[in-house]
Amino acid sequence: MSEKIWVYVDQFKGEALPASWEAVHAARALAENLGGGVTALVFGQGVESLAQTAIHYGADEILLADDSTLADYRGEAYAATLAKLASEGKPQAILFPTTTRGRELAAMTAADLKVGVMPDVTALEVQDGRIVATRPVYAGKLLAKVVSRTDPQIFTLRVRAFGKPALDESRTGTVTSVEAVLSEEEIPTRVVNYLQSEGGVSLTDASVIVSGGRGTSNNPSLTPPPDITDEKEQEIWRAQQGFKLIGELADTLGGAVGASRAAVDAGYIPYSHQVGQTGKVVSPDLYIACGISGAIQHLAGMRTSKVIVAINKDPEAPIFKVARFGVVGDLYDIVPALNEAMKKRLGK
Amino acid sequence: MNIVVCVKQVPDTAAQVVVENGQVTWGDAPLVINPWDEFAVEAALQLAKEHGGSVTVLTMGDESAKEAIKHALAMGCKQAVRIEGPADADTLVTAQVLAAAIQKIGDVDLVTFGRQAIDGDNGVTPAMVGRFLGWPVFSLSATIPEIADGVVTVQRATEEGRQVVEGKLPAIFSFGKDIGEPRYPSFMGIRKASRAKVPVWTLDDLGLSALLPAVSWPEVMNPPKREITTEIIEGDSPADIAEKLADKIMAEKVL
Ligand SMILES: Cc1cc2nc3c(=O)[nH]c(=O)nc-3n(C[C@H](O)[C@H](O)[C@H](O)COP(=O)(O)OP(=O)(O)OC[C@H]3O[C@@H](n4cnc5c(N)ncnc54)[C@H](O)[C@@H]3O)c2cc1C
Ligand SMILES: Nc1ncnc2c1ncn2[C@@H]1O[C@H](COP(=O)(O)O)[C@@H](O)[C@H]1O
Repeated sequence: MSEKIWVYVDQFKGEALPASWEAVHAARALAENLGGGVTALVFGQGVESLAQTAIHYGADEILLADDSTLADYRGEAYAATLAKLASEGKPQAILFPTTTRGRELAAMTAADLKVGVMPDVTALEVQDGRIVATRPVYAGKLLAKVVSRTDPQIFTLRVRAFGKPALDESRTGTVTSVEAVLSEEEIPTRVVNYLQSEGGVSLTDASVIVSGGRGTSNNPSLTPPPDITDEKEQEIWRAQQGFKLIGELADTLGGAVGASRAAVDAGYIPYSHQVGQTGKVVSPDLYIACGISGAIQHLAGMRTSKVIVAINKDPEAPIFKVARFGVVGDLYDIVPALNEAMKKRLGK
Repeated sequence: MNIVVCVKQVPDTAAQVVVENGQVTWGDAPLVINPWDEFAVEAALQLAKEHGGSVTVLTMGDESAKEAIKHALAMGCKQAVRIEGPADADTLVTAQVLAAAIQKIGDVDLVTFGRQAIDGDNGVTPAMVGRFLGWPVFSLSATIPEIADGVVTVQRATEEGRQVVEGKLPAIFSFGKDIGEPRYPSFMGIRKASRAKVPVWTLDDLGLSALLPAVSWPEVMNPPKREITTEIIEGDSPADIAEKLADKIMAEKVL
């Protein structure tokens, strides 16, 4: 067996997701531990420049599949190519970032190679020459050490768990072009279109998240415009005023806006913002929870954040148990004041 | 149209799951259908209604898995099969067993899954089953697939927004919350479900010999206790509190 660590670079329209470089970083650490090199896999069309960036971030060698059939990510086309390369190259491990594409591709590749897959790991170590990973299970209520008896060992790495490497533009490496395995006719799917997302900072990549809960709707002093007569609509309108304040604070901090399920279910904000067991699992450096009680399913999605700040009217709210700093007060008072105070300090 | 929905039984989201004497336990917390699988059932039922046909619930698990099956039947699925699978199954084994069961059911047009089972938090089984069957996979479908002349069109959720993809049946889909809330079981449904007889298949019935899992969990731990002392910030006015809090946040050097 070679001591090669492979790492998959997830990209969209030629731009790598930041989690890809975290995976390169983790691969570098493993390779150094095992005494081998890092091979990065770059698939797509017109993605040669990503190959160089991968080298600058720590890869020694690139396998570049640049082909029109790979222009859009399609699991079937990507997995067929990756599985063929892996069965020839026999890496010890393949690391993927835990992005939507990365997780699917890791699963498909594992199935094609008939090996195990260990998704969303938060730590990797080497024991007796084998890689042992740690992964949160039961929504992070437990941690499991996992190991696979089959090779290559396939892992996807939780976003923001491995740190980003420094860019070293003096690093050099080799780029080897490889063929896509399937022809267009053999690929069973076709990407018809992309629909715009709402934009803003992606929750899972964000280093700061300001979240709102049901408490955002609780400001009786706000009078909805007269054309909103429905009670439910009035509640949503109120909550949206709260989320406006939350959004402003997030902007000041360069962060993203999150929400509890109660806020999402009540229609205050789209589901893509939901944090928690049935939303996104996040681990920012700073998480500010505003008007969120701290139900177990919400905590499951944010409890590993580095610094948690809770702003809640109820001193008994469970969110305070996981918070480093707490303010017992009304979010409508505290959030705008905090925004002003932070602006001053950040020179904005 | 012949539709299969794969569901798993898991401890309730509110369960306190802990390791005690090396064993994972959730006390007397109830076992429920995996919450994401309710969306898979909902999608399957909507597709069956629109295109005609029936929905078969498929689960691999021991006897206790009946709650998950019952819930899916009570929502409106017509029949169910339980596979008595190996207790130490990893996703590689589970996917091979489910793929073999789907082949045994026969003439299946599409299979729906939840995006992830909330016990192991893997989120890989649908894609693996797709590869074992050689069918296209539409992971994280965000809409109910449109089907015309055997061609499927569906929106998939990605980091960058939605990708509109098309492909041919038979195919695999996984679903999350984007498709809207799953229906509640009806009273009639619950009564029917409680009387349903669920056939049990063994690995032998599927023509599979003992399957060795690839991934094992040599150790499961309670997460390290985070020593958090919560500091409550007080002050004379919101502005005063905010100033103090801002200083504290700056001092943490997280910005
Ligand atoms: C299967 C399942 C999955 C779930 N998944 C998730 C999930 O992924 N994410 C999630 O978040 N939840 C999830 N939940 C829901 C969870 O159990 C809670 O219901 C939800 O998190 C509560 O949201 P909340 O804290 O916003 O609302 P509440 O619990 O109603 O809390 C509102 C809080 O706001 C405070 N408040 C009110 N007014 C103000 C004000 N003006 N200023 C400051 N504070 C104020 C109140 O004191 C209260 O603490 C799930 C539940 C189930 C059953
Ligand atoms: N034992 C099982 N029986 C039936 N379906 C399963 C089983 N395990 C997983 N699934 C399905 O696969 C999905 C993803 O599971 P997982 O990959 O384990 O997170 C679940 O939401 C179910 O739809």
